[in-house]
Amino acid sequence: MRLLTHNMLSSNIKGVANGFPLLIEVEKVIEKQVDFNPDFLKNIFPKIEWQALVQASRSMGYSELPEESPESSMLDSDDFLMKFHHVLLELHLEEGALVCPETGRKFPVNKGIPNMLLHEDEV
Amino acid sequence: MKLKQLESVLGDLEQFSNPKVELEQYPTGPHIASRMLYTAENSFGDVSNKVVADFGCGCGTLGAAAALLGADQVIAIDIDSDSLELASENAVDLELDIDFVQCDIRNLEWRVCSVGHVDTVVMNPPFGTRKKGVDMDFLSMALKVASQAVYSLHKTSTREHVKKAALRDFNASSAEVLCELRYDVPQLYKFHKKKEVDIAVDLWRFVPKRNQGRGI
Repeated sequence: MRLLTHNMLSSNIKGVANGFPLLIEVEKVIEKQVDFNPDFLKNIFPKIEWQALVQASRSMGYSELPEESPESSMLDSDDFLMKFHHVLLELHLEEGALVCPETGRKFPVNKGIPNMLLHEDEV
Repeated sequence: MKLKQLESVLGDLEQFSNPKVELEQYPTGPHIASRMLYTAENSFGDVSNKVVADFGCGCGTLGAAAALLGADQVIAIDIDSDSLELASENAVDLELDIDFVQCDIRNLEWRVCSVGHVDTVVMNPPFGTRKKGVDMDFLSMALKVASQAVYSLHKTSTREHVKKAALRDFNASSAEVLCELRYDVPQLYKFHKKKEVDIAVDLWRFVPKRNQGRGI
């Protein structure tokens, strides 16, 4: 699961008021090369919840993404775009868990696939 | 990629070996899948350079088709571990980069911001023969998540019902049947009496209201 997907998922447990972002517990991170596409990155940038992305990248062991939400002028910098690209698309949580920020409930991630199935009492 | 080529590549995908009747697991054949995605891309530009989600991906056929036609990112969601494993293997075989999530569509909690992440949702949802109303649950969720368009297959016999629900209840600004297709359902389950049966299905394109007038 890459961080682009993580940036969209929220805890779906009944009664949880703010289930985003899910915290990340890492057991295994892998990197998969993806072609650099600056147009895609510029397009998706305004849709990304920046703090969540930075936090997530730090959990995955990457600390080069600036904490403050970048000015749109940063999108002209290839250096910035490449870091953004790497974090958003190339880092994969292969094994670990996503954790509900409110309840602490863990959603396991195996072979890169998060399991968001709820138990009966959580629906 | 040409339509025939797409159909051929999709035809090589592994299908369900032990389909689960309760989940109405039927593979979306390469004929329908290729036409669905090809239309979405060539008539509407809803695939290439877009973020596409495949709801109820099963073996991953629709998601794979989206990736093959140039989607920037594909996210495929299904409730069943066996399907996801199969879909993952299919993606690896075709060297496609697809993110998978295991989730019950009815409980999917997506962070929907004002400018949506996911451009297009493609799906071949269960028809609701086992869990009544599940086809509508899928449609409702798809219209919440997609910012540009939803492509879906529903039985032609439900056409009026689907249109009404989409426009009146699920916030669609438009609901159009693009074409009617024959879905050849092979004899997968014990209760199937005939070797093969053709079901008339509509290929729908829905546009969610939030997209109207945004010019994005």
